[in-house]
Amino acid sequence: MLATRGLRQTPEEAKLERLSRRSFFKGAGAAAAAAAIAPGCERPPQEVQSKRSPYTFLNADEAAFIEAAVARLIPVDETGPGALEAGVPTFIDRQLAGAWGAGDDLYRSGPWQPGKPEQGYQLPFTPAELFRNALRAIVEDLRKANRGSFAKLKAEDQDAYLRALERETRDLGGVPSNIFFESLLEITIEGFFSDPVYGGNKDMVGWKLIGFPGAYANFYDFVDQHGIAFTRPPMSLAQDAIGTVHVHPVNAPRTAPKSQ
Amino acid sequence: MATRLAEVDAVLIGVGLVGTLLGRELTRAGLKVVGLERGAARHTVPDFQAPQMHDELRYAVRKALMQDNTKETYTFRHTVSETALPMRRWASFLPGTGLGGSIVHWNGQTFRFQADDFQQHSRTIERYGRKFIPADVTIQDWGVTAAELEPHFDRFEHLLGTSGKAGNLKGKKIAGGNIFEDPRSREYPTPPQKEPYGSAIFRKAAEGLGYHAYPQPSCNLSQPYTNPEGLRLNTCTFCGYCERFACEHYAKSTPQTVLLPVLLKDPNFELRTGCQVLRVNLDSSRTTATGITYVDASGQEVEQRARLVIVGAYATNNARLLLLSRIGRPYDPATGRGVVGRNYAYQTMSYPQVFYDESVNINPFMRSGANGTVIADFAGDNFDHAPLGFIGGAYIGEIMTNGRPIGFHPVPPGTPSWGSAWKQAVVRHYNHTSTINVHGSSVATRQNYLDLDPIYKDAWGLPLLRMTFDFPENDIRMSAYVTQKAIEIGRAMGGRQVVGAPRKRPYDITEYQTTHNTGGTIMGTDPSTSVVNRYLQSWDVANVFVIGASNFPQNASYNPTATLGALAFWAADAIVRKYLKSPGPLMSR
Repeated sequence: MLATRGLRQTPEEAKLERLSRRSFFKGAGAAAAAAAIAPGCERPPQEVQSKRSPYTFLNADEAAFIEAAVARLIPVDETGPGALEAGVPTFIDRQLAGAWGAGDDLYRSGPWQPGKPEQGYQLPFTPAELFRNALRAIVEDLRKANRGSFAKLKAEDQDAYLRALERETRDLGGVPSNIFFESLLEITIEGFFSDPVYGGNKDMVGWKLIGFPGAYANFYDFVDQHGIAFTRPPMSLAQDAIGTVHVHPVNAPRTAPKSQ
Repeated sequence: MATRLAEVDAVLIGVGLVGTLLGRELTRAGLKVVGLERGAARHTVPDFQAPQMHDELRYAVRKALMQDNTKETYTFRHTVSETALPMRRWASFLPGTGLGGSIVHWNGQTFRFQADDFQQHSRTIERYGRKFIPADVTIQDWGVTAAELEPHFDRFEHLLGTSGKAGNLKGKKIAGGNIFEDPRSREYPTPPQKEPYGSAIFRKAAEGLGYHAYPQPSCNLSQPYTNPEGLRLNTCTFCGYCERFACEHYAKSTPQTVLLPVLLKDPNFELRTGCQVLRVNLDSSRTTATGITYVDASGQEVEQRARLVIVGAYATNNARLLLLSRIGRPYDPATGRGVVGRNYAYQTMSYPQVFYDESVNINPFMRSGANGTVIADFAGDNFDHAPLGFIGGAYIGEIMTNGRPIGFHPVPPGTPSWGSAWKQAVVRHYNHTSTINVHGSSVATRQNYLDLDPIYKDAWGLPLLRMTFDFPENDIRMSAYVTQKAIEIGRAMGGRQVVGAPRKRPYDITEYQTTHNTGGTIMGTDPSTSVVNRYLQSWDVANVFVIGASNFPQNASYNPTATLGALAFWAADAIVRKYLKSPGPLMSR
């Protein structure tokens, strides 16, 4: 549900609110129906419904690391929710499972040679391969050191472990740890601040935190009201920012004139 | 075996800004023109519509509108002694692809280069002496003057509807405009855009220091405008999704909004998309082009014969096409001989930041691509370089374009890069920081150039273009001087803290700087130091014209698009009025 913060709701917001309420009741109805199944056929009683959608790329060990790590990179604190609360692990999972994870923005021809940092990324791994190799190596590393899982470490030990990844270049399944850390931090910030349609920035918490209005399309009347506090709630791609459909306004001649 | 298609009057390689302008001029002259575009056809409706266009992840971060680098990228190294490696992801600069070209995702900054820019070599010698030019610097005159280009600048601005304020109308200086500009024949077609908060603070500070602030000339329009083609543009809404995005409002001047709807209806024009041009074909004498060979959208090789070939791709790709077609002698940095790939230049940028108290709401998201206020007091040769020992300069401006938070979340130096302290600093400074842009020139040097890579190939098996570049000492000194001036203005802007550093070596392709790559097929009046003559006609193959920022012998302090547009009109004029009447070289070798 959208926070209206005392401002007038637009018709779009009202519609969105109605929609989300309707889908909530639909879900509740399904749960009631499930409860009416004959004794003996029911599934084991479920805990409270999972807070996130199921992962399609990350396995349980990887997910546990990612959830704990992003919660340290952008923690929940007095300023508001952090990356975990914003659903960033879901964002990361979907990115790695999709075209970007498969390397759809990478030139992938060899030969593969190490270069200077200013020549950019030169590893042969797609993002999905990079995360899988590094995450597997991290889980193994902690197991070997008898430290258990990253998620079970104390917050300060998690921070120290992450700082070591950031500083060092030790090998994580072919991936230097600093490259993995950089990739993890980058995708965490992307997940925290990108549109909620991608699975992170849940309820636009990242945008609300800093006061970014999102996909909002028109500041013409505000831009010369210097220093105005813009407090309207942000807007996601899931909403129509203008509420209008553009028609083609071009009044071009039917045939091109031959001379000016 | 390639399919061979019947000869047409002219073929355009690329249907971006250059292809669209030339297509219109040539079809109007009665020619049958085929336009070949490697990317997809795309139009404001339905391709650029909101809210989907307002997606930072898809367009700004994952760069959905850019050249498909999985198929075709560049390799890069700093010096000839190193091995160039492929740019595996875009970052430093962003060439576009698709109908309308890179201009679809531009910001709309529409500056004219200055008279001294076009004659940088001779004016430098005249004012400072021959010894003033460093030994490695290969700047040269363009072979065309600001006065010759004025009517073409004027025509370009009126086609696009540019919003701005004149500073020199027919020789009469006008306060509030750019008083350093060369005489213009008319006022801008539309008035300046509204001035955002940070820009207004900058104006006050700059004027207080005695500088001449003026509104940045913008192709995000300040009011509705109907251009000479009968196409109507709308008022820009300051949505903050301009560069790297396409405009859904018909408020940014692009081929789609100013010309394509007319061109595409012309029966003399045929657009073919999904066509990757492999080379320009020459006859056995190698002095006449017979047409071009391309691979069509279904993967079939096609030979299109043509009487006239316009090479109008992105700057770097123009240079590559000539090298792949073996037109003109490739440049050799060891000897300094050869021309194709010579004088590759860039832009020398720096970005001081002013951090304010939380009471000052900068509202970085209420911006347009080309809004804001600038000064040209340190651009080009507008100041005395004699005691400074460098050539060139920069304009300085508060011209923030957006507050999109994946890319923009400024924090002061010393802030940790993650954790609660980082998060709190982002919250504290996001809406209370103003960025100043120092947009610096780039001299050409003997060591910076383009050639074909010996190892890496594109998806069609052809060599990638190799870029050898690092910032010349001259430009490092220029940036040190002008960035300091920008920091002084920043200090006068009333913030708590001003942070900034000049551009330093090494050039880093992982940091976005600008998509202002110039040179490689430069223009001139001497065939031993230029690829095309002053009409942008190949010295070697008279029915090939090469048009783009690749013609710039070196890069100036300003954004290149208006100068590129004026050059395109200048070349089109020479083709229509001179070449078509008597096909052959327009200048003797």
